Amino acid sequence: MPEVKMLTGNESAAFSAMNSRVRVIAAYPITPSTPVVETLSKLIENGEMRAKLIRVESEHSAMAACIGASAAGSRTFTATSSHGLAYMHEMLHWAANARTPVVMSVANRAIGPGWNIWADLSDSLSQRDTGWIQFYCSSIQEIYDTIAMAYRVAENRKVMLPAMVCYDGFVLSHTTMPVELTGFDGFLDEYDPNWKLDADNPFTHGNILLPIYFAEFRHSIQKAHDRALKVMREVEEEFLELSGRRVPLTIEEYKTEDADIIVVAMGAVASEARVAVDSLRNKNVRVGLLRLKSFRPFPEKDIRRVLDGKRVVVFDRAISPGSGGQLYTEIRAALAFSDAKIVPRIVGIGGVDVTKRTIEKAIFERKIWIKEVIM
Amino acid sequence: MKISEIEREEFLLPGNAACHGCPSSMALRTVLKALGGKAILVVPACCTSVYMGPYPNSAIRIPVFNTAFAAAAATASGIRASLEMQGDDTVVVVWAGDGGTYDIGLQALSGAAERNEDIIYICYNNEIYSNTGIQRSSATPYGAWTTTTWKGKKEHRKDVAEILLTHNVPYVSTASIGYLGDLYEKVRKAREIRGFRYIEIHAPCPPGWRFPMNRTVHIARLAVETGMWILFEYSEGRFSFTGASDLIAKGKKKMKDVQEYLSSQGRFSGLTESEIREIKKYINDRWNRLVGIRDHELPSFIRLSAQNALG
Ligand SMILES: Cc1ncc(C[n+]2csc(CCOP(=O)(O)OP(=O)(O)O)c2C)c(N)n1
Ligand code: SF4
Repeated sequence: MPEVKMLTGNESAAFSAMNSRVRVIAAYPITPSTPVVETLSKLIENGEMRAKLIRVESEHSAMAACIGASAAGSRTFTATSSHGLAYMHEMLHWAANARTPVVMSVANRAIGPGWNIWADLSDSLSQRDTGWIQFYCSSIQEIYDTIAMAYRVAENRKVMLPAMVCYDGFVLSHTTMPVELTGFDGFLDEYDPNWKLDADNPFTHGNILLPIYFAEFRHSIQKAHDRALKVMREVEEEFLELSGRRVPLTIEEYKTEDADIIVVAMGAVASEARVAVDSLRNKNVRVGLLRLKSFRPFPEKDIRRVLDGKRVVVFDRAISPGSGGQLYTEIRAALAFSDAKIVPRIVGIGGVDVTKRTIEKAIFERKIWIKEVIM
Repeated sequence: MKISEIEREEFLLPGNAACHGCPSSMALRTVLKALGGKAILVVPACCTSVYMGPYPNSAIRIPVFNTAFAAAAATASGIRASLEMQGDDTVVVVWAGDGGTYDIGLQALSGAAERNEDIIYICYNNEIYSNTGIQRSSATPYGAWTTTTWKGKKEHRKDVAEILLTHNVPYVSTASIGYLGDLYEKVRKAREIRGFRYIEIHAPCPPGWRFPMNRTVHIARLAVETGMWILFEYSEGRFSFTGASDLIAKGKKKMKDVQEYLSSQGRFSGLTESEIREIKKYINDRWNRLVGIRDHELPSFIRLSAQNALG
């Protein structure tokens, strides 16, 4: 039996990085993800983990160092939040275009001003277009499992893209749950790169790309995202075999089959929505939940299959001012040619508590569905 | 050392896309020879990212990893860490312009120096952002015309080599494309040292400085002969002048009038008499400061300047 430990979400991320045989870490502290690196520091200094930790002077440098280390053939990891992630923005594009399979944990947090350290998905959703794969976790065990699975997807030869594993700050990063520390032997062994910087085999990486090649490279990244969906399903199956846990990487359905109304959510809000679904089912309301685990690649076909013809309520824990919730916009686009009736709900911004009651209220309180921020 | 003693094998290939008379490509050619082909190069945005040539070709015969403008020292730190974990001792070398070193990349450079990363950081200082078309950098000297200082720059340049001295790293030196033998030797020496090493190469750029392309070496030498650029080396706790600067410092060679240097380049053509006096004062002050460093053990120089700052 694998060891079970009481861990916070951040510790869970650190233990997963250790068991994933990460060899280079570069990081810079920011609340609420700081404890990830603190834990890793301790593991390395105690000799429990074999890795080099670079204590860089900024997040821009953290991502640059991870990209360099990955290009030189090592498995790399970092963790950040909020302003740190925003500060990495340029290098996030670089990591994706350079095809370096860096994996990073993101404890989601609002971006100031004013200073707000609480949960909000604005930070990672702002990085939607960088080319990174994005997973949103709903539990602490899932953080542990998803980081290792993310390496399998990121490093797959058909994918070769960086991936971020996101979880709501404090709600998941600082709460504690028993975590089964499954070992990853045979599932994720040492990194075996298909290319790396090597003095005996010189090539120039990232020099000028004339338009036609650039377009070709960008196209190949789009194709890699398409292929990633299939790889993700395969990795799910393999992980089930390894651990006995079915950990979704694309979507998770809960009581959707006979549902009239389907709630769509990501991250910790989806965990709460599950509770709301159970409670409403007890009152004979036919509600279901579609949880999105992967926002990039966007599992459009699955979404259409589950939501076509239903009443859909989309919960966003972020806002794109001038438009609305990002998840809502994307779901609406995916369902553009279907009969679904879709309503947007924005909840939990800047750490506002999202309860079962919030979710029920958002589903039922009004007849005319409008764009509304629920406090 | 004689030019004829420099390695024959070429690692920067002819037919690259540098301007004729490009000092950066002269310096890189020499640096790569000194590294002997066993190194990984990290290049942030600069002229070199262009003249190395477009994909799928490359004019550089060792592995090159291009990175974002601000990220060179950090990218190199990551590569070094990765190699270390694999037991690979290939030398990791940053090759950056003065813009990428003095301005946007300074934070990462300072961070890597403070961590004493085992990398060589080389800055070729052409005193401008030439890749984006001759804008001022904080390495641009006082009075110089650029496309963002049409009436001449109003501030003196800062000096990153001196900043690096106060980071307490194992090796810091300055070089010039006017003295390629000296540059070659400094890179060879730096290659044998572990920890953070910094080399800055003065690199007169014909289009940016407004002089004919066959005058690059001549102007580079004039800079040293007039004290506008000073060659020094700091290694194992000892600071010394080298080459022509050493001869000047020992009184074996007379420093030339800076007027000769200023009138050789179009970028200084708008200087007034009082601005020329200001430049002379700058040269004088900087000499005295560096002589001060040479004559003290460096740590006491750092302490001295800290005391001055407090007093
Ligand atoms: C974040 C960012 N800002 C601006 C640029 C545009 N840019 C590219 S190269 C360059 C100047 C480089 O100057 P320097 O480092 O002195 O090298 P040189 O061009 O002189 O060789 C600038 C401003 C960029 N690539 N990235
Ligand atoms: S602009 Fe100057 S530094 Fe740049 S390639 Fe031309 S000569 Fe070299």
